[in-house]
Amino acid sequence: MAVKDMQKLYVYAWKSCGDALLELLRQKGTVQIRMGDPEDAFFKKTDTKALEADFSKKAADVSGALKILDQWAPEKTSVFDALKGKRELSPKAYERLADKEPHIALVARELKKYQQALDDIKATRLRIQMEQESLKPWMAADIPVHDQGTRYTALLFGTLPGAWDEAQVRQLLKDLSNGVEIEIIDQDPGQTCLVVLCLLKRQGQIEDALRKKGFVRAAFDFSETPSRHMEGLKESLETCDRQETEICSAIRRLWGERENLRFLEDYYTASAEKYKMLGQLLQSSHVIYLSGYTPKDGAEKLQQLLESRFNCVAQLEDIPVDEPVPVLLSNSAFAGPTQNVVESYGLPGRKEVDPTSIMAFFYYFFFGLMLSDAGYGILMVAGCFLFLKKYPKMPKGIKDMLTMFLYCGISTTFWGIMFGGYFGDVIPVVAQAFFHKEVTVPALWFAPLDDPMKLLVFSFLFGIIHLFAGLAIKGFLLIREKKYMDCLCEVVFWYMLLIGLILMLLPSDIFVSMAGKALVFPGWVVSLSQILAVVGAMGILFMAGRHRKNFGIRLALGAYELYGVTSWLSDVLSYSRLLALGIATGVIASVINTMGTMMGDGILGIIAFIVIFLLGHTLNLAINLLGAYVHTNRLQYVEFFGKFYEGDGEEFRPFSDASNKYIKVKEED
Amino acid sequence: MENLGLIFALLGAACATLFAGIGSAYGVGIGGRAAAGVLSEKPELFGKVLIIQLLPGTQGIYGMLVAFITLSRIGILGGSADLTTGQGLLYFVACLPIAVVGLISAIFQGKTSVASIGMLAKRPDTFGKAMLLPAMVETYAILALLISLLSVFNL
Repeated sequence: MAVKDMQKLYVYAWKSCGDALLELLRQKGTVQIRMGDPEDAFFKKTDTKALEADFSKKAADVSGALKILDQWAPEKTSVFDALKGKRELSPKAYERLADKEPHIALVARELKKYQQALDDIKATRLRIQMEQESLKPWMAADIPVHDQGTRYTALLFGTLPGAWDEAQVRQLLKDLSNGVEIEIIDQDPGQTCLVVLCLLKRQGQIEDALRKKGFVRAAFDFSETPSRHMEGLKESLETCDRQETEICSAIRRLWGERENLRFLEDYYTASAEKYKMLGQLLQSSHVIYLSGYTPKDGAEKLQQLLESRFNCVAQLEDIPVDEPVPVLLSNSAFAGPTQNVVESYGLPGRKEVDPTSIMAFFYYFFFGLMLSDAGYGILMVAGCFLFLKKYPKMPKGIKDMLTMFLYCGISTTFWGIMFGGYFGDVIPVVAQAFFHKEVTVPALWFAPLDDPMKLLVFSFLFGIIHLFAGLAIKGFLLIREKKYMDCLCEVVFWYMLLIGLILMLLPSDIFVSMAGKALVFPGWVVSLSQILAVVGAMGILFMAGRHRKNFGIRLALGAYELYGVTSWLSDVLSYSRLLALGIATGVIASVINTMGTMMGDGILGIIAFIVIFLLGHTLNLAINLLGAYVHTNRLQYVEFFGKFYEGDGEEFRPFSDASNKYIKVKEED
Repeated sequence: MENLGLIFALLGAACATLFAGIGSAYGVGIGGRAAAGVLSEKPELFGKVLIIQLLPGTQGIYGMLVAFITLSRIGILGGSADLTTGQGLLYFVACLPIAVVGLISAIFQGKTSVASIGMLAKRPDTFGKAMLLPAMVETYAILALLISLLSVFNL
């Protein structure tokens, strides 16, 4: 339950085994390699950018090949595929697959070739279709279009813009039209296709006359009749279809290569990363050097493994207390799932403790209190449990999240039973509406709706305990650093002041009106509370500015610090959200139940009830889950961490195979 | 005007639903616009962005909550609905905190959500922080809800 101890690791290896060494470190994923060790006369960095880029490109190519495969030979997928986790391979199986690299690369290239062919076919088809479109008006022409006429006649194929009929064309040609054969092949408002047969010697004049109205000779790149050419085009289209089917089935035959291709993508990614890392490391002409951090508990085993497997020297070294070290958290099964919550706030710095284990308890506690419905709690437990069972290899982040909600669900169930909430008040409502019986579900403790003030007081109490726990950790840290004076001034005085104030407040009218009953303290408690408050306040007033020589400034700083009592007040009041969100869940649930029974107790009423129940409670659970999650986080981050936690530690980022998409190499133990 | 008490109480319930609902609709609306922009570039952020968009939606629910409790206390949902003008006014006043604070806090929370969504687009790993910033605004809606609830319960 804490921050893991780290050790420094130094490795000197022959260059020949550098590649395999990095591969092993990457698979183990327990070493953060330190960058930026300075170069000197012997040890220099090598430029590996070209190799890295080469492998990155190969990885991208394979990824493209996989996309082609997914497009033409798709695999059955489901929303929960992300939970299945990466495929695990033993190092031996990994090696075997690595040996097949050239073959698999060939498959990738083949797929790429197929895609190229498919693209070509697509382009061809488009071209043919366009040609068909432009040929359509000429279909009525029943002579081969390469005919230019005879020895004395000329044959003109062409188009005129706009709609023309034969008479109009003749009118245009006026006396030239004698002895000219004009055939309108096709006519639409946009253009008119026509064939003109005339004497060769008149061709020039006629063409000039027509050209003035925009006549353009049609250019054909074939010589048979348009209809025959059209048939040819149709055949070509069919050929395209046939070829496409062939290629698609060829791609589908490669279905079984999917896993291999996935391996290859990760293999290339791994190589690219290895070369990238290699470029950061210092190398002499024969030796490669790396330094880094590794968790202490596996360090010696790793050292032995490296030295036994490679021609290298590995050294371990403890890290001095004042040196910054990357932080890796490790917690019990109970607290571990909430580690993400701490991590997203910030990791503990060198002088701090990991607050996860203490926070975890409060986290589950408050979460349950805010949701506080046994029905919802059981649903959460069941849902999370099912997913965790069904997908044991899911990524760690999701697993932690689900486990956290599982525990939160247990707490929710607990508080639901305490407050008598089972899907709100569904049991009495259903009994009343459909069975006409009075049923009451007793709360184990009390029902918040009957006595909200009582829960408000308890919310404040839980809040004070939470805040005091935070202050206690601060005291512990100060004592650990042997800053006893600081501990007295910043922690003990505050405890005295706050406890004194609380004890003074308890018998007061305000509290009586909230709690509904009067507390009468014996005289010594009253005077003790006054003494505590006064001593605490004086201590803070005079000691908060103790590092300043000037007495005036010191007092001013003390007064400012004392003003912090208001922030304590607002912190405690902030816990009223425990009550508000708890009641919100219950009341919305009962709104849904009431709405459900409004249709009476017939068949229709029962159906309406079921529909409203399912929809309404799903919505309510979703909204309140979100609310409980967000506000539990807030209570931890703002109120609890605010008392003691900085979270300025640097994250441990090991050289690992996290960037692999599909494959995880796992040593069988 | 013998129903004046009831009218005032209903006016309170209506205000709670109306204004808190309007605020939430606005807040979730501008959040959604920002979210759509981010999703066009980074569809994988859908889950996270959706949660942040939803955060200003709670005020509307709080308003509905107070309204519902008011309705059930004054006997509109069955029972006899008979209130003096004074009692009706009391219910009206009790509904005011969540109506007003709900409206305004949801608008500001929506704006904070927009900023958080922008932050998430640039740094998807900061989800925890991005979620927390709008949640800070919601505190005041919760306080208002609490006061409205306690007032209505104890009338």
